[in-house]
Amino acid sequence: MDLYEYQARDIFEAHGVPVLRGTTATTPADAKAAAAELGTPVVVVKAQVKTGGRGKAGGVKVAKSPEDAEARAAEILGLDIKGHIVKTVMVTEGANIADEYYFSLLLDRAERRYLAMCSKEGGMDIETLAAERPEALARIAVDPIVGIDQAKAAEITAAAGFTGPDATEIARVIELLGTVYDTEDATLVEVNPLVKTADGKIIALDAKVSLDENAAFRHPDHAALADKSAEDPLEAAAKAKGLNYVKLDGSVGVIGNGAGLVMSTLDVVAYAGEEFPGSPKPANFLDIGGGASAEIMANGLEIIISDKQVKSVFVNVFGGITACDAVANGIVQAFQLLGSRGEHVDVPLVVRLDGNNAELGRQILAAADLPKLEQVDTMDGAARRAAELAAS
Amino acid sequence: MAIFLNSDSKIIVQGMTGSEGRKHTQRMMNAGTRIVGGVTPGKGGQLVEFQRGGVPVFNSVGDAIAATGANVTVIFVPAKFTLSAVVEAIEAGIPLAVVITEGIPVKDTAQFFARSQSSSTRLMGPNCPGLISPGQSNAGIIPADITKAGRIGLVSKSGTLTYQMMYELRDFGFSTAVGIGGDPIIGTTHIDALQAFEEDPETDAVVMIGEIGGDAEERAAEYIAAHVAKPVVGYVAGFTAPEGKTMGHAGAIVSGSSGTAAAKKEALEAAGVKVGKTPSETAELMRKIMTNL
Repeated sequence: MDLYEYQARDIFEAHGVPVLRGTTATTPADAKAAAAELGTPVVVVKAQVKTGGRGKAGGVKVAKSPEDAEARAAEILGLDIKGHIVKTVMVTEGANIADEYYFSLLLDRAERRYLAMCSKEGGMDIETLAAERPEALARIAVDPIVGIDQAKAAEITAAAGFTGPDATEIARVIELLGTVYDTEDATLVEVNPLVKTADGKIIALDAKVSLDENAAFRHPDHAALADKSAEDPLEAAAKAKGLNYVKLDGSVGVIGNGAGLVMSTLDVVAYAGEEFPGSPKPANFLDIGGGASAEIMANGLEIIISDKQVKSVFVNVFGGITACDAVANGIVQAFQLLGSRGEHVDVPLVVRLDGNNAELGRQILAAADLPKLEQVDTMDGAARRAAELAAS
Repeated sequence: MAIFLNSDSKIIVQGMTGSEGRKHTQRMMNAGTRIVGGVTPGKGGQLVEFQRGGVPVFNSVGDAIAATGANVTVIFVPAKFTLSAVVEAIEAGIPLAVVITEGIPVKDTAQFFARSQSSSTRLMGPNCPGLISPGQSNAGIIPADITKAGRIGLVSKSGTLTYQMMYELRDFGFSTAVGIGGDPIIGTTHIDALQAFEEDPETDAVVMIGEIGGDAEERAAEYIAAHVAKPVVGYVAGFTAPEGKTMGHAGAIVSGSSGTAAAKKEALEAAGVKVGKTPSETAELMRKIMTNL
């Protein structure tokens, strides 16, 4: 889960990382009040969006009075930054910046440990820096068991080329950022820029944090950080039912068991769709897992048929641990369950059952004679039929 | 011969007394696996009854190894307790630890992986279906009855795609099928399995299944080009996955321009690996190779 800057700033502050005072606002009037409350001669109004490049897009502006802050907030609120509409701004104190640095700590999947990156050249896009001047970006491996202790923080600052009192203070801040990463179960902590002010203070001027959702069980407070308003309504409804669902923009609804098989199903549907008018594409990712009980199947179908873009549904199940006869019974009962909820499936459904007891499963579905349901024995063939039905 | 697991493997199950552990212990035993014990702290001394007889429970992995000579552990304990269960297995010196549990915080995985690095334990998973050497032994949750013993090796990030491929190629059969899991950090990798299959005299060719996220497939491609002489056929899932969305597996995410299926396919093809467009087409490519060997 990616956090907004203001949420990450709050987490930084709670762990003692030096940050600027700041308040959020969702209207220009609130921004004016926030600037007056801060009381500094200069404030900065910053768009809160979960994407980079907001400065270039006009999402960060300096204001010299509360009225000015109100006017700047009016310009920023509602901006579209790479498809993200600005609904909130953060108003912070101004800082007299002498120098801009960069620091991040993240999961290094390839090396299966953490990676700290640090540079004296902050403020710019880090991917550009890494590509154009890799020697300016120190990359230091971090042992997940030890994390960033004093020695590691010193190693990082030295590698980035810091010396003297700056190095000591920056190392202190980096150690605190390491604590944020470790204690909050983050997968990314990034500060760009980390600044030195004219009076020599080191401050995290920006804050980017991603949290590991698998660690939610030890962070009950993290649930409040989720932005419900930004969620797709169908994804939210699916999440509430405990379903693993991602909304896409096509017209072939997809249900399958196992993440890899469902990803593969989306691809196979998209290939098959290329042969038909309008090139039907998958409408969603939905993994109902190994169990495929009647209730899970009914919940899944319910979400998919409530997507008005869906013109056909492809149920792609490989019977492994759960055999196909159980899955077939689940589908039959799901239709009954939906009926009892006052809903019915009025889009065509193509079912492919393969694997353990496939023949038995197919017989059960055939005998149930469900309206709108047809069976195709192979994954590729069933994907093609579902695409054809969505195109017609 | 197979890789990592054979008929001599003596397996213990951590979390055997839980519902998942019990269910899958029975399934593993049905497949002929030598299950020699279970581990549940505080329940040592109990005997759990299965259709093929009772299995003793031990308080610790160390006790279980001392009493049974176990050399593989399959771990079903809940995510909250997995870190300590895996560390215990590593400290007891078990040669192979297969972590089935999903939903483990990546910090915990990073920590137990780091511990395994300085030990003699091979880690597999987490969030994986385990591995099977058909006709010999089954360590995990892969259905044993959808294929037979043969001479194809299989390594895959995805469970159900593993099953699909085993089923499609059931006429040829498999030496070993290895499900390495779809988490951002995993123990055994595509490369580890490819290396073992290359060295295994009873494996003739390898199917490698990947998916979006990370660069494990690209690294495997480099490895294949340099070190693998046996034919390899590949499949990659997730061409239609949108950027920035996690597709079921915690590690299956395209970030910016990295981790795309297209880049993985390209890297594999550049290494001389034939990549199928669908699982069936991939199976067909392998069928041709096996027929012409």
